[in-house]
Amino acid sequence: MHPTDFTLRGAIDALNEGTISSVELTNAHLDGIAKLNPRLNAYITVTAEKALAAAKASDERRRQGTVGALEGIPLAIKDLFCTAGTRTTAGSRILDSFVPPYESTVSQNLLDDGAVFLGKANLDEFAMGSSNTTSASGPVENPWSRANDPDTRLVPGGSSGGSAAAVAARLALGATATDTGGSIRQPAAFCGIAGIKPTYGRCSRFGIVAFASSLDQAGPVARTVEDCAILLKSMAGFDPRDSTSADMPVPDFAKACERGVKGLRIGVPKEYRLDGMAPEIVALWEQGLAWLRDAGAETVEVSLPHAKYALPTYYIVAPAEASSNLARYDGVRFGMRVTEPGSDLRDLYERTRAAGFGAEVRRRIMIGTYVLSAGYYDAYYLKAQKVRALIRRDFEQAYEKVDAILTPATPSAAFGMDEKQDDPVAMYLNDIFTVTANLAGLPGLAVPAGLDGQGLPLGLQVIGRAFDEETVFAVGRTLERAANFTALPGLRAGA
Amino acid sequence: MSYTIEGRTGPWELVIGLEIHAQVISQAKLFSGAATAFGAEPNSQVSFIDAGFPGMLPVINQECVAQAVRTGLGLNAQVNLWSRFDRKNYFYADLPQGYQISQFAHPIIGEGAVEITLGDGTTKTIGITRLHLEQDAGKSLHDQHATKSFIDLNRSGVALMEIVSEPDMRSPEEAGAYLTKIRQILRYLGTCDGNMDEGSMRADVNVSVRKAGEGFRTRCEVKNVNSIRFVMQAVEAEARRQIEVWESGEEVFQETRLFDTARGVTRSMRSKEDAHDYRYFPEPDLPPLVLDSDWVAALKAALPELPDARRARYTAMGLTAYDAHVLTLEKETAVFFETVAKGRDAKLAANWVTGDFFAALNRLKRDVSDPPVTAENLGALLDLISDKTLSGSLAKQVFEAMLETGKAPGEIVEERGLKQVTDTGAIEAVVAQVMAANADKVAEYRSGKEKLFGFFVGQTMKAMQGKGNPALVNEVVKTALAG
Amino acid sequence: MGKPRQIKDFLKKMSLDTATIRRIASLARIRLDESEVQQAQAEINGILGWIEQLQEVETEGVEPMAGGSPVAQARARLRPDVVTDGGQADAILANAPDRQGEYFGVPKVVE
Ligand SMILES: [Mg+2]
Ligand SMILES: [Zn+2]
Repeated sequence: MHPTDFTLRGAIDALNEGTISSVELTNAHLDGIAKLNPRLNAYITVTAEKALAAAKASDERRRQGTVGALEGIPLAIKDLFCTAGTRTTAGSRILDSFVPPYESTVSQNLLDDGAVFLGKANLDEFAMGSSNTTSASGPVENPWSRANDPDTRLVPGGSSGGSAAAVAARLALGATATDTGGSIRQPAAFCGIAGIKPTYGRCSRFGIVAFASSLDQAGPVARTVEDCAILLKSMAGFDPRDSTSADMPVPDFAKACERGVKGLRIGVPKEYRLDGMAPEIVALWEQGLAWLRDAGAETVEVSLPHAKYALPTYYIVAPAEASSNLARYDGVRFGMRVTEPGSDLRDLYERTRAAGFGAEVRRRIMIGTYVLSAGYYDAYYLKAQKVRALIRRDFEQAYEKVDAILTPATPSAAFGMDEKQDDPVAMYLNDIFTVTANLAGLPGLAVPAGLDGQGLPLGLQVIGRAFDEETVFAVGRTLERAANFTALPGLRAGA
Repeated sequence: MSYTIEGRTGPWELVIGLEIHAQVISQAKLFSGAATAFGAEPNSQVSFIDAGFPGMLPVINQECVAQAVRTGLGLNAQVNLWSRFDRKNYFYADLPQGYQISQFAHPIIGEGAVEITLGDGTTKTIGITRLHLEQDAGKSLHDQHATKSFIDLNRSGVALMEIVSEPDMRSPEEAGAYLTKIRQILRYLGTCDGNMDEGSMRADVNVSVRKAGEGFRTRCEVKNVNSIRFVMQAVEAEARRQIEVWESGEEVFQETRLFDTARGVTRSMRSKEDAHDYRYFPEPDLPPLVLDSDWVAALKAALPELPDARRARYTAMGLTAYDAHVLTLEKETAVFFETVAKGRDAKLAANWVTGDFFAALNRLKRDVSDPPVTAENLGALLDLISDKTLSGSLAKQVFEAMLETGKAPGEIVEERGLKQVTDTGAIEAVVAQVMAANADKVAEYRSGKEKLFGFFVGQTMKAMQGKGNPALVNEVVKTALAG
Repeated sequence: MGKPRQIKDFLKKMSLDTATIRRIASLARIRLDESEVQQAQAEINGILGWIEQLQEVETEGVEPMAGGSPVAQARARLRPDVVTDGGQADAILANAPDRQGEYFGVPKVVE
């Protein structure tokens, strides 16, 4: 067995049994990266030397008898997480040379558990996108391709496209990711892997470059549901440095994976049956419900009457917060600065931000600035906050009847790198199934569940109650077992 | 009658409101653990949060909240148990995040009121609209380089209370008295040190003018005035400018202005012209600030006595209204006075503190917080007066010696033998000598020239080097001359 | 949108005029070339047109949701007043594009 073929759980076991060392495991992944990253572009920065040093130190710790929960496990870190001493770009030119002197809480938690970081994963610029084509470091390619059209390069989804592609192509055993409107679940679905956005407040946002503060949540992507559970256990936890971090104990998520779904009521939101939805997606959804019924769950129709307003709500709230969060990139204290001879401060700001931000980021900053501006705040931002409250209430009412909700993860499989790029609104529709969970702050898990007619992976999404990731994992693991998803992408290490 | 400024078209009334920015006394900043001390090396008291680095998040300092609540209570204002922070978005060189975290829609403190006392002894109530917490910006230095400004972020993130008044003031004097009163209350509460020259307190002055009986006309805001005197000057200068504008048939436009202290005029701040669209929205990095009523009650119970209450107590102790006023202006003075007066005659203590002690402070250019004589020693001096060890004039001598040496009065009395003589026999002996040496004057006195009485007292005191108890000396001289 | 006439009609329907686009760009401190103004206008108007559908939602009396907490009664935690940070001017200045000694340098700001 090639070392990159381990699941994260399998690698932990192999390391514990002594059949492999962290150095061997890390080297195997670094070799895969050296071979495939030039094409996939899943990593912006590969920290091979640091990774090997960390692997050596981990093997040494193991010899001394100190074994953390992720001892010696090589991971990819989305380049949105600040990593002390390692360049952190957020996929933007404006942070091209930024080396944070601090570590994000989530990545520190992983380091504390013994993880080894292979490098910084590519992403849409400032996590704004659903295709990973807006990165200043260039687009990421999905390791999967269409059976009848192998030459068309596909997007991995976004914004955590680099994380998802790296994990799918076996260039990491797991990766950190973030999800503001679907940025974990959509790329996970596009790349045939699992990914969970936990409840808002479960993972600290400290040290993660902010996109939209009230929506951003960190979470893992990995090749199995259980691997996600192991990673999330490590990443999550109360952090006094994040005022929105939840002061709650972190359950044993891996254990919850094996709970089964017997007696659970699974909600099917009727509003998610969209007109013109791809028949393959509808069929997969029905299949997922059938699997859960077979495993002893009851499926119940629920109503989320405001769900159809989730995307427009999101495209007010997220740009508004982003326009403010990204004001700090002004060319004064860090990052890029662009001036002309005779530039005054205002000119410096305007040139720096025009040159430093890509088109999508500039567009969202402009929209966010507009919806908050004098005279428009009530019509846009305040209205969106009220609709958001209604969306949260819809879920609260649904959860009086059900324990979790099942939906498709995405409206389609991965699309071509040149498709959908010229129409922002068409691109935004990618997040139609995922964005409600961000608005309501709820946990959502994407599980690979089948292939479309072109042989591309499709995912299902489980949305749970606030802070009830355990049920989400139990449902996800049941789906995963039933789906028995064994297809592999064409591009992968060790292939 | 009420204050007016005479224009070409007749008298104009002034309408004045103040927004005071007061730096909260706390060890650490409002949202970060960096220190707040004044005068540190540039950028040495800066956390990554204060510098707006990527991924940095604010966490609220409990003491800053407590200080705002104490201040609210001290201003007789409503404490809002539910308040919230908002972002005020604008770009500025010393605003690292590109927004100021402030409280816009839901301030921690609502309406209140303070009473001001004017020079003629009358009082007036000035309404407080609100008080909110917000973070300060950094500092730009423009004089360090020919073509650059330098940014120091030490102040960035320091907690400020913005105290907004109602437009209740009608004269420069009222504006000055209001700012003085607010400063006095904050200093009593220990919530702001009130050091205006260090920037711990500064005021935005809103001024408009109108004819009697009119509603409000357009106001202008004079930003960042940093002394009480300048606030009064700025009010007058801005009012005169507006009167001229109106009287020349033009209109006053709402704008922010600066007070040019050198020229005594206000001028337009054009650099802020497009900064008015602040795009406020709720700070998503901070959940609402929810206070427990028990906690607020505990802060209230622990509140120190405020100047108005203290003044009332002093008058009840028998002090004149004037002494009570003077002694309560500064908390340090009141504390000094109370230490001196403790267990002693309050009036005597007040006389000494407002008299010789204040005179000494003036003469030596010292401050009550750094007194040339400690309150304990001054108290001990009063004890020596009360137990008749020292006469009034001896006490003054001892006080001077205390100023020079810093020693306790008892020690000085011992060393210099300045103890008052109260032994009647000893005084009688001296008086007898004086009478013997001045037999002619004794005869004159006895023949009716009673004015000479003072001469004998003076001669006796002189012979006793001033140590004779004045009352006893008087009595003995009288008896002897009657002899 | 091939023909100039169609473009003109399209632009006329738009809610945001070019002056507003310029004002927003200026507020956001993003330099826009003349050539970029019309493109930004078309894109932003497209998005705003799509967002318009929110106006049909009945939100009378609805308490707006601020912040991301799924728990409505979330409240801020308060930290003790202790100095735990600072004394790191070098790290603060290390990423500065124009470090001037112990300061950040910017073009001279005139009040
Ligand atoms: Mg003001
Ligand atoms: Zn203010």
